Amino acid sequence: MIDQDLNNVEPLVYESKIGVPYYWWAGDTATRFLEAIRDKGELWGTRCPECGKVFVPPRKSCPRCFGQQTSWEKVGPGGTVVTYTVARKKREAIPEDVPVVFALIRLDGADTAMLHKIGGVDPDKVSTGMRVKPRFAEERKGHIRDIECFIPD
Amino acid sequence: MEKVAIVGVGMTKIEANKVSERFEDMVFEATRKALDDCGMDIKDVGNVITASNDFWDGRTISCMAVGDAQGVREKNASCTEGDGTFGAFYGMTRILSGAYPSTLVTGHSKGSESVSSLITNAVFDPIYERSLGVDMVTGCAMQARAYMEATGATAEDFARVSVKNHKNAMNNPLAQLPMDISVQDVLDSEMIADPLHKLDCSPVSDGACALILADEATAKKLAKKPVWLKGVSFCSDAYFLGDRDLAKSPSLEKAAQKAYAMAGISDPGKDIDVAQVYDAFSYQELMWLEGLGLADYGKAKDHLAAGDFDVSGALPVNTAGGLLSGHPVIAAGLYLMAEAVRQLRGEADNQVEGARTAVVQGVNGVAGQSHCVWVLSSE
Amino acid sequence: MGNKRVAIVGTGQTFHKSHRPDVNGQELINEAVAAALKDAELTMDDIDGIVIGNMDHFEGINYVDCWSVDGSGGFMRPIIKLTTGGTTGSTLAIGGYHMVASGMFEKVLIIGWEKNSESDTTGAITTAFDPIWDRLVFAGAIAGLAAEGQAYMHKYGITDKDAARVSVRDRRHAVNNPHAQLRKEITVEEVLASPMLSDPIHLLDVCPRTDGACAVIMASEDVAEKICPVPDWIIGCANRHTYNYVGDCNLGNIDSMRCASAELWEKTGIKEPRKELDVIELYQPYSFAGILWIEALGVAEPGKGSRYIWDGNTDMGGELPINPSGGVIACNPIGATGLIRCAEVALQIQGKADARQVPDVNLGLSTGFGGCFWTDLILHSKQKPE
Ligand SMILES: [Zn+2]
Repeated sequence: MIDQDLNNVEPLVYESKIGVPYYWWAGDTATRFLEAIRDKGELWGTRCPECGKVFVPPRKSCPRCFGQQTSWEKVGPGGTVVTYTVARKKREAIPEDVPVVFALIRLDGADTAMLHKIGGVDPDKVSTGMRVKPRFAEERKGHIRDIECFIPD
Repeated sequence: MEKVAIVGVGMTKIEANKVSERFEDMVFEATRKALDDCGMDIKDVGNVITASNDFWDGRTISCMAVGDAQGVREKNASCTEGDGTFGAFYGMTRILSGAYPSTLVTGHSKGSESVSSLITNAVFDPIYERSLGVDMVTGCAMQARAYMEATGATAEDFARVSVKNHKNAMNNPLAQLPMDISVQDVLDSEMIADPLHKLDCSPVSDGACALILADEATAKKLAKKPVWLKGVSFCSDAYFLGDRDLAKSPSLEKAAQKAYAMAGISDPGKDIDVAQVYDAFSYQELMWLEGLGLADYGKAKDHLAAGDFDVSGALPVNTAGGLLSGHPVIAAGLYLMAEAVRQLRGEADNQVEGARTAVVQGVNGVAGQSHCVWVLSSE
Repeated sequence: MGNKRVAIVGTGQTFHKSHRPDVNGQELINEAVAAALKDAELTMDDIDGIVIGNMDHFEGINYVDCWSVDGSGGFMRPIIKLTTGGTTGSTLAIGGYHMVASGMFEKVLIIGWEKNSESDTTGAITTAFDPIWDRLVFAGAIAGLAAEGQAYMHKYGITDKDAARVSVRDRRHAVNNPHAQLRKEITVEEVLASPMLSDPIHLLDVCPRTDGACAVIMASEDVAEKICPVPDWIIGCANRHTYNYVGDCNLGNIDSMRCASAELWEKTGIKEPRKELDVIELYQPYSFAGILWIEALGVAEPGKGSRYIWDGNTDMGGELPINPSGGVIACNPIGATGLIRCAEVALQIQGKADARQVPDVNLGLSTGFGGCFWTDLILHSKQKPE
């Protein structure tokens, strides 16, 4: 019987990976945000004229009101930790050694928080409501990691 | 309005690593069981919906792998993403539209074949977030902390969810992690991402689930007592975690209100007998129960401690063990719906006496961005 | 509630290009959504639900429905993702149809999009095939199409020159469509002189890679005529996603389209599609399909498709114009492509197709192609169904 034959099979593992390269166009809006970090060490958000909210990361159109117009507004550089986690176990997505502190940081003048990391401090000393400021990389390339992390202010 | 029922359910055992079965083997098993459950022939199934995800499956057009296993060749077919609750929704609309008398909905996942951290890292924005290395676990850990600080919930409260659900799984022969553990065991388990310990997190799992939905005329001819789909709604919050108040779940509240209105439920706390909610992480069971209006905000932990969510409690929750006991991601919502069906038929492993109305909730995105809420009833 | 008649009341498209570096994905989506809302004179607050789709590995973004909300308008609304490969766009339209027809939604926004410039399209498509049986030997979409073209050539004795005539038609039509990517006429000689990709397919026989998005708004019979003076009524859908494995395909005789069209004609009472249809927007990724597939639809007799096309019947002004938009050979943002076919037929029914308008369109067909020789079909009518 075929059934019995299959019972004696030791299944193979077929190892592979999907290696598709990606080139994500940042678009005009994100490009302006990233260039301001790279060239001036400044953080900018966009303000919706209808609801008045300042969004960081910046948006080309307001996701709430759906209006097509927004204006730029300088935010930060200081901000407040909204929530955070200390990654203790090395997970595959994490590029560096653990512990790593991921946090949502509301920059001064912004209505939304941005995701980044907190460094320069004992992870056990991080707390919600803590004041932080960006530490910029020496060499900046127009990338979100041009901010190395946020450090205590 | 035409009534639609779930008439057949089929599930594979949920396992850490199904080395002998590929996607199509799992889906065939689940489909075969669902057909047998209601005494239906594949030829009589009106149309087919797959719930699958190309990232998790490592395959573009991932639904293509399972078509033969669903008997799709002569039928109309489509594919949704999300956790299976969304696929069931689309399957229901295809009956209500008058196009088909019945829909087969299948969902499959093999977490064992991919790296969940990388798969869920790809949910984050490629320009602003992804390179930081955040994933589903660390994203949800930030939500867990926000919820703790807003409500005063503690690690012990979260641990109690894990203890209860793993215990419920002990009577479920299809569960991956039936375990008799203590609150201390959870607290002593490895810290993955503060405040989530290993036993606060659902495991990586393989499994497939199939549901057969049918209109009233079809349902009444089949073997099992129909379980009626009384209400459904879904809703998405903002995408960026920093746009949201992570301690709250407004999109779930909105979806629940609409689903209850459709089902004619005015007092969910009173009208709902059993709940199956998306406990990918322990804290989520508490948050989602509150979002569903089944506990006041910040009070679910007290109901839990009082035993209200136990199988013998006032509102049993995740009676088959929930996702903490086995989490085949894209099939998970269908497993929760299948358990609700078994409860309402009176054939569950941890049967809730007299259960007539159940709520099921599914999730899409990180930290409960989008929710799908179902109300099922035996009447 | 339940079982409502459904019409398209608004459409919007981006101006499709090979690269759109000025916008990210959400922003590209937003352009199409804003255009569709403007066309229907609606606002986002009027929309009850959203259906969105693309192909995950072309942009490498997981859970696109969740990610899209800033551009798609999904904030605090129901949004669901459907995806079936090349057929995604038409699958989305069919999804929107069922959602409205179910009576649970009055107005649904349907969005298909792709930024094919952001990845290696062939590399991503190759992962569609079974990782153990097909993937290593079957590179991208072209090989399967070439096998189909060869099978048909062998059976009916047509040549690559006959196929080239189809490319020439579509590229000529594209000149009339400001949204199309490739808007320059070509000749049969130029097609035949273009590089051979996979025998018998030349470069100018196949679709390009495109960045673009399309949005369509469907509404129920309760409101459609109030929103839109000439709604495009969806009177039937049918599809087949027949095969899993390349080797199972009945190459040269596209079963999915034969079965789906037979079902559609039966459901809607169409006896002679060639005479009754006024326009077709065919998801035709390569020129040979323009011959084979109109036979599968019952528009031309088996083996007579090429003659029908050479005689000008499918050109603008012919008996049954095909691809007035220029079709897929002129423009292919994959996840949007099937929905663009649907939107283009809606424009034809509504009389809003400008320079590419076919006169007096009462009945039109839009199609989707993808997966492993899969077909989606949607039948559109100016006449409100009974
Ligand atoms: Zn606004």
